[in-house]
Amino acid sequence: MTDTLAIARSQVLAPTGLTDGDLDRLIGALHSPAIDAADVYFQHSRLQSWVLEDGIIKDGGFNIEQGAGLRAISGEKTGFAYSDELAMPALGQAADAARAIARGGHAGHVQIGVQLPQQALYAPMNPIESLPDADKVALLHRVDAEARKLDPRVTQVITSLVAVQDTMLVISDDGRMSADVRPLIRLSVSVVVEAGDRRERASSGGGARRGLDYLLAEDRALGFAREAVRQALVNLEADEAPAGRMTVVLGPGWPGVLLHEAVGHGLEGDFNRKGTSAFAGRIGERVAAPGVTVVDDGTLEGRRGSLNVDDEGNPTQCTTLIEDGILVGYMQDRLNARLMRVSPTGNGRRESYAHLPMPRMTNTYMLAGEHDPEEIIASVDRGLYAVNFGGGQVDITSGKFTFSASEAYLIEGGRIGRPVKGATLIGNGPDVLTRVSMIGNDLQLDTGVGTCGKEGQSVPVGVGQPTLRVDGLTVGGTHA
Amino acid sequence: MSITDPHPAALADSDKGQLEQLQQIIDDLLGEARRRGASAAEAVVSNSTGLEVGVRLGEVETVEHTRDHGLGVTVYFGHRKGSASTSDLSRAALRDAVAQACTIATHTQEDPCNGLPPAELMANAIPDLDLSHPWAISVDDAVRLAILCEDAARADDPRITNSEGASVSTHAGLQVYGNSNGFIGGYPSTRHSLSCAVVADDGDGMQRDYWWSSARAAEDLEEAAAVGRRAAERAVARLGGRSIGTCKVPILFQAMLAAGLLRHLAAAISGDNIYRKTSFLLERLGEQLFPSGFTLSEEPHKPRGLASAPFDSDGVATRPQAFVEDGVLTGWSLGHYAACRLGLQSTGNAGGLRNMRVPLGEHDRDGMLRLLGTGLYVTDLMGQGVNGVTGDYSRGASGFWVEDGIIQYPVEEITIASNLKDMYANLVAIGNDCDFPGSTTTGSWLIEEMTIAGS
Repeated sequence: MTDTLAIARSQVLAPTGLTDGDLDRLIGALHSPAIDAADVYFQHSRLQSWVLEDGIIKDGGFNIEQGAGLRAISGEKTGFAYSDELAMPALGQAADAARAIARGGHAGHVQIGVQLPQQALYAPMNPIESLPDADKVALLHRVDAEARKLDPRVTQVITSLVAVQDTMLVISDDGRMSADVRPLIRLSVSVVVEAGDRRERASSGGGARRGLDYLLAEDRALGFAREAVRQALVNLEADEAPAGRMTVVLGPGWPGVLLHEAVGHGLEGDFNRKGTSAFAGRIGERVAAPGVTVVDDGTLEGRRGSLNVDDEGNPTQCTTLIEDGILVGYMQDRLNARLMRVSPTGNGRRESYAHLPMPRMTNTYMLAGEHDPEEIIASVDRGLYAVNFGGGQVDITSGKFTFSASEAYLIEGGRIGRPVKGATLIGNGPDVLTRVSMIGNDLQLDTGVGTCGKEGQSVPVGVGQPTLRVDGLTVGGTHA
Repeated sequence: MSITDPHPAALADSDKGQLEQLQQIIDDLLGEARRRGASAAEAVVSNSTGLEVGVRLGEVETVEHTRDHGLGVTVYFGHRKGSASTSDLSRAALRDAVAQACTIATHTQEDPCNGLPPAELMANAIPDLDLSHPWAISVDDAVRLAILCEDAARADDPRITNSEGASVSTHAGLQVYGNSNGFIGGYPSTRHSLSCAVVADDGDGMQRDYWWSSARAAEDLEEAAAVGRRAAERAVARLGGRSIGTCKVPILFQAMLAAGLLRHLAAAISGDNIYRKTSFLLERLGEQLFPSGFTLSEEPHKPRGLASAPFDSDGVATRPQAFVEDGVLTGWSLGHYAACRLGLQSTGNAGGLRNMRVPLGEHDRDGMLRLLGTGLYVTDLMGQGVNGVTGDYSRGASGFWVEDGIIQYPVEEITIASNLKDMYANLVAIGNDCDFPGSTTTGSWLIEEMTIAGS
């Protein structure tokens, strides 16, 4: 979209006075016969946040970050420097520092061409301005009031609203210029409930790459308040969770963290190129039960984990990772795609201009199957039904992964029984999906709350799945 | 505006010049806030530069030159506040940041605890904590050091078949904090580190592990080859790991993981969690939490300490102090806001505890294993699963099964679960095996019983 490029140029480049000639010179300064690939990534990002606590708008913040990261790649080596000063002398120095990764060769000359047409998964807008500040404040008060009125046991409500506009413009040594203007919003609600000597907390929330009116529509914001209270009250009644290996039924949506940890990270291109992942060298092998298809899809409209282009200027796509149980693909950035001799998949992401890109997920989910969720629960004689989770973690070399339940119930004789305290579940990535014995027809994606951390860099992501039955996950309760 | 200088000898001329520049920015920020009608303001400004070099399989992999600036300002209009931050230190950006913070403050509401700490609590004498030791290492020398580290790891055992690499990094920075009550203080600091991660394979499966060293001065870093060898030993020790059956047994937490148990404690006594009632220790002040003889103290003035600081993030003077004495919880750790909410005074802990320490016991690692007898020696933990409100604890784990004090085989794909209240009350002993990098001083911890969930 020329629109997006024009907006990006005016936000990121125009205030600096950098000309197209300057950009040509910069990318040329990074280029030489010894350099295989190079890029300059400009970023301008603005964030506004509000927090309501104890019934008052207690705090608010505004943040602006801007800068450029300059990268030169030679074989497996990367030279990188960045500057928050967007002026030629500072950028020129950074280019020299980055290019030193590969000795010898003269500075090349690159002319930047026109941007390729690209997707429009979200509007190139600034969500901070999508609602007057007074309306944001009023929304938080309504969320607070809704949570408190639901039950006298609610003693504390903390709710926050964040809106971001993140603009990027990347020029690469193959002459391309790509830009993206990325809105992102998020509302979070956390409540504490008390009854007798018991106290519990729960959170809910959601967001998208849209304006703040998204939270007002369909009662979403108040819905998150109700969900946080509901979950907290369930936790007040929860008893000891069982300990040991058992059949686990996972609810749809956010429990898709299972996939993010069990197979997602293990299928990132850098780990497989280096051979350190438990999935390395296994393309074409069975890694999941028949019927299991898992994709990483950056092209979903308006989703938190979606991008029009990745941070290297490559279009995002829907990449099939596991098809009918067979491993068919990895997620790639430019460097690892080149070293593995495959095409990039639009998964090159970075936390900011001050960080190096690497293969990262976008929206990772399992496609729907045939079974009704009720049928799946009814099929389990004794097991655990887990519908909400905190986060997870994985060791991609041994394959072991965990995810921690925040709302779970016993299943007894095919029926949902009493709630149990959040326990951590642990499994082995390359084999857990072979134990998926039933796949529901109720695919859901999460509500827009996921943040993935890898090597010190955080990026927003999405997860999803239908209701699943997994025959054999270890549940970390205290009741043995 | 009184300016408190760090010990003159500690500052190189270039540092002095930069410090003055940052102090000027603070003055400009506070002046702009005053012009816009703020009744009070505080600001923090920092800059840092660094080099990070990564190698893999004996070759350079990444060279990163880092340069970061940042400023943050909070303005108060009576008891209403607003904040803004940016990475741009130009005058225009500075004025914009203050303007944004003031606009936010027109929408926030009065909170009687919003405001600056009392002047008498501020760090008016700033001790020199010996935190700045710039390391003028060239890219080539950093690469050579990283390769030396990785080579030692790869040579340590034939079962080391792959490597994620080794890295060397050095950062030097300057941070200044000031407020409209006349306090301004700043100091330079450096942090250097060396790390290595390798993969072991015995034909039946791969395992990875790592080791690292971090220090304020390069001369305090652990020897590169030793770091590499330790990474390799840890990776090889995991080979052949298996799950075990569900059971309830004593658990020995390796010292590095015991530091994590202390971090849960630090969070549970933090003022923010106390006034919000989101701590499982809420009603336990003055009560016996641990067996007698256990003390949790902090040493924020430890020379070259990795977490040392002369003042906290409110500018309040830090001081060595204890929070658990002879097993009894004797105080909360408080920043200014939380202290006000609780009707108490700041303890200089805005930002947490610094350089935590517990008394080391009499047994080394083998002695602790003998004390354990039969049970689990945990050397790695995974995932979340710690509920700060209730103390419920459930985490993924790996380690070694121990019988009669002797390690039998590696264990993985299990969880360990209990409640922190019970774990702290049933702490049997702390070892003297404090053998890990970082700012916390502790040996391994033997906990009487936890539930292991396995196959």
